[in-house]
Amino acid sequence: MILSTRANFRLLRRRRIKDRIMTGVIMLLSLIAIIPLFMIFYHIVVNGISAINFDFFTQLPVPLGEIGGGMGNCILGSIILISIASLGAVPIGVFGGVYLSEYKHERTASLFRWVVDLMMSMPSIVIGLFVYTSIVVPSKSFSAVAGGIALGLLMLPIVAKTTEEVLKLTPLHVREAGLALGLSRWRVILFIVLRGRKSAVITGIVLALGRIAGETAPLLVTAFGNRNWPTSLMQPTPSLPVQIYNYAISPYENWHKQAWAGALTLVVLIFFINIFTRVVFTRNDLGRNTQ
Amino acid sequence: MKKVFDLFFKKHKASEVRKSDFAFVFFLRCLAVLVILIFASLIYYLWDGSSAILKHSGWGFFLGREWDPNSDQFGALPFIYGTLLTSVVALVIAAPIAISAAILLTEIAVQKIAKPFGFLIEMLAAIPSVVYGLWGIFVLAPFVRDYIQPFLGKYFSFLPFFKGPPFGIGIFTAGLILAIMILPTITAVCREVFLAIPTSLREGVLALGSTRWEMIKTAVVEAGFSGILAAIALGFGRAMGETMAVTMLIGNRPDISLSLFSPGATMASVIANESPEATSNLHVSSLAAIGFALFLVSLGVSGLARLITKITKRRFAK
Amino acid sequence: MSSQPILSFQKVHAYYGEKHTVKGVSFDVQANEVVAIIGPSGCGKSTLLRCANRLHEEDPTARVEGSILLNGVDIFQNHADPVVVRQKVGMVFQKPTAFSGLSIWENVVAGRLLKGEKKAGLKEKAEHALKQASLWEEVKDKLNAPGLSLSGGQQQRLCIARALAVNPTAILMDEPTSALDPISAARIEELISELQKIITIVIVTHNLQQAARISDKTAFMNFGELIEFNSTSKLFTNPESKLTESYITGHFG
Repeated sequence: MILSTRANFRLLRRRRIKDRIMTGVIMLLSLIAIIPLFMIFYHIVVNGISAINFDFFTQLPVPLGEIGGGMGNCILGSIILISIASLGAVPIGVFGGVYLSEYKHERTASLFRWVVDLMMSMPSIVIGLFVYTSIVVPSKSFSAVAGGIALGLLMLPIVAKTTEEVLKLTPLHVREAGLALGLSRWRVILFIVLRGRKSAVITGIVLALGRIAGETAPLLVTAFGNRNWPTSLMQPTPSLPVQIYNYAISPYENWHKQAWAGALTLVVLIFFINIFTRVVFTRNDLGRNTQ
Repeated sequence: MKKVFDLFFKKHKASEVRKSDFAFVFFLRCLAVLVILIFASLIYYLWDGSSAILKHSGWGFFLGREWDPNSDQFGALPFIYGTLLTSVVALVIAAPIAISAAILLTEIAVQKIAKPFGFLIEMLAAIPSVVYGLWGIFVLAPFVRDYIQPFLGKYFSFLPFFKGPPFGIGIFTAGLILAIMILPTITAVCREVFLAIPTSLREGVLALGSTRWEMIKTAVVEAGFSGILAAIALGFGRAMGETMAVTMLIGNRPDISLSLFSPGATMASVIANESPEATSNLHVSSLAAIGFALFLVSLGVSGLARLITKITKRRFAK
Repeated sequence: MSSQPILSFQKVHAYYGEKHTVKGVSFDVQANEVVAIIGPSGCGKSTLLRCANRLHEEDPTARVEGSILLNGVDIFQNHADPVVVRQKVGMVFQKPTAFSGLSIWENVVAGRLLKGEKKAGLKEKAEHALKQASLWEEVKDKLNAPGLSLSGGQQQRLCIARALAVNPTAILMDEPTSALDPISAARIEELISELQKIITIVIVTHNLQQAARISDKTAFMNFGELIEFNSTSKLFTNPESKLTESYITGHFG
């Protein structure tokens, strides 16, 4: 019997060509996916680098018309806001993650997990709006506290979720080995399970910090902004992302430069956080630390 | 009988160690309840905030076409329309690219290329929204205005979507930036779905003499179709909630226009734009109602996505 | 003729939910004996061991009937605290589990250190336990290195030292060598024979030669029941039960 008639052969060739073409299309589309990343990096560096200097990090914005100035107050404001957020979100998030991983069968835990999942998928502006209606409107003032709480509510579910995931990786027999020594359960959980995964938990926290460092929308409606140094936690507080926004939509050349420089600072910070966490995670995955 | 009594008794006689264990669990439960209460109050505040405007104009609020805070006219339809339109534009652009990237990651590229490529895609998700907005204003919008919009206007002007003068800023550009931003979400979920497809299925199709593309078409795309839908739904949810980049690129005009080139506004953008300046009760209330609606819709969409993923995963697990 | 047994299993039944995994097992373990429990997998030997330091309670569906006496005291009785029981009856697991985040010597005294005892006196305790577990010579120069930096066999001896450091009356071992290479396993066996002088050991193993080499008495279990409990030499050379004979000659299991 002859298998490859002329028609068969032609069909096969057509299928092969189609295979090549489609593979090419997929590669091309995938390439398109990452082009914006390189373009954004390129433009941020080219436009931002010229305004980056010592003053940028230490000085106040200058009045309109003057050249120079900096975003020192915004950087300080961002640090204050993120600190307030971490103060609440880190302990509650870590212990919440412990609860989710170590007492997963409790009914409260399932409800808690559900809430954490919902908070994760909520648009950040909705969180901002919540803090706006519940704190800003009643207190009649934008404030660092309001902004910090909004960021904290964004950070909390991320920390809780990563902590849960990380602790779940600890095998059951490690917990049993601790219990078999006659240690009470809470000591086993805190001093063996949590301590043994310390670096991974910290990595999760740092990753969450990287996520909220660039948040703008919730801050716009809670901390608002300020052209001076932050003096009180109850006052409108400047932040790097909000200032980038304000400068970007302004019509002034000098402010645009400042916006690019701010974006460069922010992106470099976030990029380093991502690289750092990746390195730590890979080391943990491959190394002996996995137990 | 004595044993039964003992077991019962033991439960009620807490020793020192048991007490400390109990205190620990109690502490954890308190934290969990605290977070649950915060979440409940979030729903309460949004609902309570919305009540004024809903009393004022009823559910017709969501169908009103006029939005003018200065004359106390509040209708949310332009924002709902803008949110849906920008998100759909974003999906139409992002979905094929994102799915291709996932296919490249799982089916085509070797580990050496897939790893850095995957990292780059993830970095796309790490860039803050405001940076996308900045780049959009100064790079993307002028490019769209000078090249893409004239092109579309020239060759596709018979469609109502591509009519009007090219501003650069508008629904089309907002959708374009959204496409870039939701791409990593769709790729990540698709990748997970494709990885869950058993290798045996792929090998089975290849063993029939299929080319790689035929294998990808049947064993990956068709088999993972529901998962792809879930990924798209998740991307849709993210697109609807994105705020800053859209606010910076959409033009912020509460209009309803068929043309993608015209400016518009979304639910998220109007909240970010007007909350800081809202003074009248009704205005604040309208924004709260829009926020509440946005919350419910994004909840629904992400819930749907999660449901589809769960069903898909269970099917492959068998 | 013999004195009071260290551990005495009396009609122990264990259930996991509906599953009846241990069915009325009774035998005694005398001081400074090594008792091996053998049997096909799933015969309930590990469950029995876990009951003896109340680790079975970690599974909320688990339930025990009967009693286990430790020096004549029922460990399931009214006010007995599982934490106290576990301090008296140590346990070593199949997988070596050095705790990450703790150094070698901290690992050894983890049972005391993590309970809040002062670090000051504990270093000598660690040295003592490491010497007992014949690990001291290998690690004395790197006591502050992480516990996880040790090899599998060393980690398992570390786990034994860790169990010893709590001053237990008996140590239970659940297939302690099955995750190790043959040389490390041999060292553990040597160690067990050495430790016999100071402590009582109950060991679950699926390795019949190992049971024959190191134990004084052997219990053979099948489908949750104790088929035979005898001195090791008798059980392996002249078993009373037909079932035992076919098992040790490799006809099933």
